[in-house]
Amino acid sequence: MLAKRIIPCLDVKDGRVVKGKQFVQLRDAGDPVELAMFYNHEGADELVFLDISASNEGRNTMVEVVKQVAAKLNIPFTVGGGIHSLENIKTLLRAGADKVSLNSSAVANPQLIAEGADFFGNQCIVCAIDAKWSPKTGTYKVYTHGGQKETPLDAVEWAKKAVALGAGEILLTSMDQDGEKKGFELNLTKKISEAVDVPVIASGGAGKAADFLNAFEEGKADAALAASIFHYKETSVASVKTFLKQKGVAIR
Amino acid sequence: MIGIVDYGMGNLYSLSQALKRLEQSYIISDDPSELDTTDGLILPGVGAFKDAMGLLNEKHLSDYLKRYAQTKPLLGICLGMQLLFDESEEGVLTGGLGLIPGRVVRFAGVSDNGVRYKVPHMGWNTLTFVDAQSPLLLGLKPDYAYFVHSYYAELKNRDTLIAAADYYGEVPAIVGMGHVFGTQFHPEKSGTFGQALLKNYLRLVSQKGDTCSCGEEKC
Repeated sequence: MLAKRIIPCLDVKDGRVVKGKQFVQLRDAGDPVELAMFYNHEGADELVFLDISASNEGRNTMVEVVKQVAAKLNIPFTVGGGIHSLENIKTLLRAGADKVSLNSSAVANPQLIAEGADFFGNQCIVCAIDAKWSPKTGTYKVYTHGGQKETPLDAVEWAKKAVALGAGEILLTSMDQDGEKKGFELNLTKKISEAVDVPVIASGGAGKAADFLNAFEEGKADAALAASIFHYKETSVASVKTFLKQKGVAIR
Repeated sequence: MIGIVDYGMGNLYSLSQALKRLEQSYIISDDPSELDTTDGLILPGVGAFKDAMGLLNEKHLSDYLKRYAQTKPLLGICLGMQLLFDESEEGVLTGGLGLIPGRVVRFAGVSDNGVRYKVPHMGWNTLTFVDAQSPLLLGLKPDYAYFVHSYYAELKNRDTLIAAADYYGEVPAIVGMGHVFGTQFHPEKSGTFGQALLKNYLRLVSQKGDTCSCGEEKC
């Protein structure tokens, strides 16, 4: 049976993982490779690296990080952040990333999804959507630039369009829930998961193991992503997976 | 020596790194005269079937691979496995290498009893061993493997099925005929299980490499 995936997300700035301070047992908690191997050992099904570098130098460093990770890691990983062109996509995939995740650049230039999918196949192109509930319109709106810019796009419609263009997966982050640790946005996750026929990764709001169960059962997500609860050791990938197994969820 | 067939489809880096982790020497090449120096080949691939066959034909690799597989082991991974079959209905019906009988078809996206399901089949799925005696499965227990694909092989001959996964029906996960093998999942991304499976293939290649064409060891 196809397992639900648990995906830790690592924010990388200028080649270093930020928020990794709690990993006292690691030699270097800022080293992306060491953290990747730690999560792999804990049973992570996949990893996401989000490059939050603001400079070109930082971006170039990320390519080196991807190569180093790919040399060691034997599970899939996705790289996102600052990918603006087909050239960027090629560079990262050739460096060993399994998938790239496009966010603001896909909103600005939806054709980038199609170009990437044509070149490397749909399975390599993840469309990341940051969505926030708008009480005014009663819909979920898409935001770009790390959640700073509101767009007129409806999240459900944008997800459908992204898939039609060739996205092989949707990484859906609820800005309302992100950082709140009160659970994933189940309504939004379910809406999008039912609207598209590709896998959906729920993101934003994980606070405890039960939140993952809800994301899969109520939210109909295929995978769930979390950053800080894993980084700050509030729970671990292993204990989340043990909990889900006990609840009868298909888990590797 | 292992050869990774580089015909311009997909990401060879992860696979080459997996071989490196297994301390296996390899070359990456699209040149038959170089590939001829190897004891076994790996045919990787992501992307579309038709594009892949187009490139293999253009580079004169199709006929070469068919000849190679007569005497030495060949392992196709993901799209590389699909290319081993007679044909694929991806896009327009396109002929494959014809090394294993069967046709590559798309997941319907709707089950027999009308349930919609996601395509691609993406993520970790459990394997069932059909031919547990296969040299590829030596010492292995059924485990999870990492899949990502929208098409799967319909086998003409069930004897070629080594392991299967279940995704709204039986999905051939490992196939083999003679010393031609294929894995629909990515062993290089399937954790310790995948690594062990690759190691089994490398062992098979090295044993084969020690065997003379008369079939006797070091004749």
